[in-house]
Amino acid sequence: MDKELGREIILENFQYPMNKEEVNDSNYIKVNSNNPNCIDNLDIYLLIEDNKITDIKFMGEACAISTASTSIMIKNLIGKSIKEAKDYINNFYHMCNEEEYNKEILNEGLAFQDIYKQSNRKNCALLPYKGILKALEDYENK
Amino acid sequence: MHREDFPMLNQDIIYLDNGATSLKPKSVIDKTIDYYENYSANAHRGDYDISYKVDLEYENTRDLVKEFINARRKEEIVFTSGTTDSLNLIVNGFFRNYLEKGDEIILTKTEHASNIMPWFRIAGLTGAVIKYIPLDDNNFVTLDNLKKVVTPNTKVISLAEITNVIGDKRPIKEITKFAHENDIFVVVDGAQSVPHTKIDVIDTDIDFLAFSSHKMLGPTGVGVMYAKYELMQNIEPVNLGGGMNESFESPSKMVLKEVPTRFEAGTPNIAGVIAFGESIKYLNKIGMDYIEKYEKDLRKYLIEKLINIPHIDILNLEADSGIVAFNVEGIFSEDVAYYLNKYGICVRAGSHCAKLTKDVLGVANSIRVSLYFYNTESEIDSLVELLKDKDKILKEML
Repeated sequence: MDKELGREIILENFQYPMNKEEVNDSNYIKVNSNNPNCIDNLDIYLLIEDNKITDIKFMGEACAISTASTSIMIKNLIGKSIKEAKDYINNFYHMCNEEEYNKEILNEGLAFQDIYKQSNRKNCALLPYKGILKALEDYENK
Repeated sequence: MHREDFPMLNQDIIYLDNGATSLKPKSVIDKTIDYYENYSANAHRGDYDISYKVDLEYENTRDLVKEFINARRKEEIVFTSGTTDSLNLIVNGFFRNYLEKGDEIILTKTEHASNIMPWFRIAGLTGAVIKYIPLDDNNFVTLDNLKKVVTPNTKVISLAEITNVIGDKRPIKEITKFAHENDIFVVVDGAQSVPHTKIDVIDTDIDFLAFSSHKMLGPTGVGVMYAKYELMQNIEPVNLGGGMNESFESPSKMVLKEVPTRFEAGTPNIAGVIAFGESIKYLNKIGMDYIEKYEKDLRKYLIEKLINIPHIDILNLEADSGIVAFNVEGIFSEDVAYYLNKYGICVRAGSHCAKLTKDVLGVANSIRVSLYFYNTESEIDSLVELLKDKDKILKEML
């Protein structure tokens, strides 16, 4: 992805994030995700019905990278089966860790393709993914 | 302003995070090296020449601290590892035994974590109750508001002389006078004030004071606990061990050394304490009144420029210190700090360890600029120039 386009996508998702709202519905699984070395702090709400992610929302205070990454993650995971979602998440992790990954499926997630070059910001991009993995684990352990 | 004395300033940076820690002058660094190269022995073991020199230098710093805060006796000065350690010693060593169920501890919501969390725990252990002084429109403490929360059960008021986010200077002398008329102890967190203003523990009649060396040009890992001499006998040492005992035979037969030695168990941060003395000499040379005035003027200069930038929201317009907290509208504070870092400007973003402050400010996070006497108007100009253009921040913060 072109650098300038990536920057625009991140800014757009930071300023107008998808599904940034609080949830008061016990059908949602709620997890908190924060980074010990910075002040990002997000609550993520996950709704799974019939083995499919039907909704994700989030709330909290976080930097542009974290907020944009959460927004993009939400756009990409809603509608996916748990297996498909994990595939997306794994690919995103691989990209951030400078490992082999499937470019085809990441869509706007590719805006973070160079994030591995800034080790301190990598954790910002991964913050929502840490949270959603925890939520999926909670779901599977239920 | 004395910038040539600070090796860190040879780098191409603008250091505006003095509330977190200060830079060190060459004389302090040299003093540390001198100890390690020329008389690196332990303290309190004056059996040979270089060890005796350690004792002299170490105790010389105690004298310097005593003079610096105008304590009555040098025994009132205890070396700790920093403000946090000092406050924990005051709370756990003195108030843990003193407080009883139903007693009241008075704090403010703009205190640093280290002046809140030890009290929270002691409240849990003793059954004492925490109360907060309501703050005025500027988030300042007033004597009238303090009077509103004090009751016959109030036993201690613990507050920063200058807070680390709002940067307000509290009327300590008035507070202490009122407190003592009501048999209430006053604990002062001096981390942000001792490095920047003249402190006089006799004039203000403070009972306990805590501060750190590293925020006042000295080494990290050294702090001071001051307590009035008559209170020191009632402080129970938190650490027991070498250097602080006369003798020990059984659990019921332990004889401790006199104050302040009994509070300094184990080998202290000798190099740090000795070099801390050098930082006090340096501050004395410049003059605390000068430093306070210089920082206030520089803050005024910064505020006058920031206030004209429409997308900047200043959280502490009025404050008697070198601390300015603000946010850039619509941009997360940490992103602004990242952006400024690209231009070598060091500022702090976040809650600044004062997590209850969000209750009074309405925002959890902010950017904090904290000044010292070596900062300049031209550094402020560079900062302001970078903050003027919001599109530039949005473009370059990623």
